[in-house]
Amino acid sequence: MSMTYSYYKNMQLNNIIFVYQGEVTADLVSSILQMVENKLEGEGEDRKVKKRVFNVMVECLQNVYHHLDALPPTDPSNPVRDKTALLMIGREEKDYYIITGNHVLNDRIPELKSRLDRINRATKEELKQLYQEVLTGTGFSEKGTAGLGMIDIARKSGQRLGYDFHPVNDRYSFFSLEARVSRIPEK
Amino acid sequence: MRNLVIEPTSKTPKVILNADLGIFEITGRSIPEDAIGFYRKVLDWVEEYSKTPLSETVFKFQLEYFNTSSSKCLLDIFRKLERMHKNGHRVLIRWHYDADDEDMAETGQDYQALLDVPFELVPV
Repeated sequence: MSMTYSYYKNMQLNNIIFVYQGEVTADLVSSILQMVENKLEGEGEDRKVKKRVFNVMVECLQNVYHHLDALPPTDPSNPVRDKTALLMIGREEKDYYIITGNHVLNDRIPELKSRLDRINRATKEELKQLYQEVLTGTGFSEKGTAGLGMIDIARKSGQRLGYDFHPVNDRYSFFSLEARVSRIPEK
Repeated sequence: MRNLVIEPTSKTPKVILNADLGIFEITGRSIPEDAIGFYRKVLDWVEEYSKTPLSETVFKFQLEYFNTSSSKCLLDIFRKLERMHKNGHRVLIRWHYDADDEDMAETGQDYQALLDVPFELVPV
């Protein structure tokens, strides 16, 4: 039990308002959205900011839900694949941040990285164009999303997306993504 | 034809498609994980309706939030309405949005630019 206080202090120090580590299901995503929405509502956050945070959160969480690569079972007696991820939401003085972490196959890294870099290099106008191209051009990927999620996150965030690939073994890495939403409403 | 009414949930919008009364509305939130699954019925209904539409069709969209997988489904609905318009029927899409919600206004403008059908932005 001695760790409890240090967990608490650590979360407080990092302005974390919510953190979850575990399996990501559709029901869990719904619960988190509802809880964080109530919290934003309760704290009287600016309406525009609140909407943006909610939108970015939906895309980030659903992105993980659709695209994480489950790890193969480590314990042969329990043949369940590991679909766990990390979801974290925090509030700093100027920004909300939404961080997700999940395993991805190493083979997917170059494509993901080039997509993120392209998004991070794009101007506001270019992001809008990219969004429209993807919206009208390509169909849905096999997992049912249009590849629009990250572009939309970047548009709503208005800031560069932070990311990292942490090597886990020769097949998997841990992919973290951070999106920030300014608490200072425009105009 | 049979009317389609879908009650809202925390992740899906209210849908009223009533050809008898001339009411065509999608309102609320649209953030389902499986947007294609949710919109299949709506798209089928609009497809069927477009074969023998009323003399005028005003389709109201008023969404508080929608996710990117819904955005593709919305475009599919708009495309069907666009086709009706090109076939000579009177069609109007009305995109209602919260007047302070610039993101939703911008999304409406994005769609407007992509489509060749009367598309009105309605701040509320």
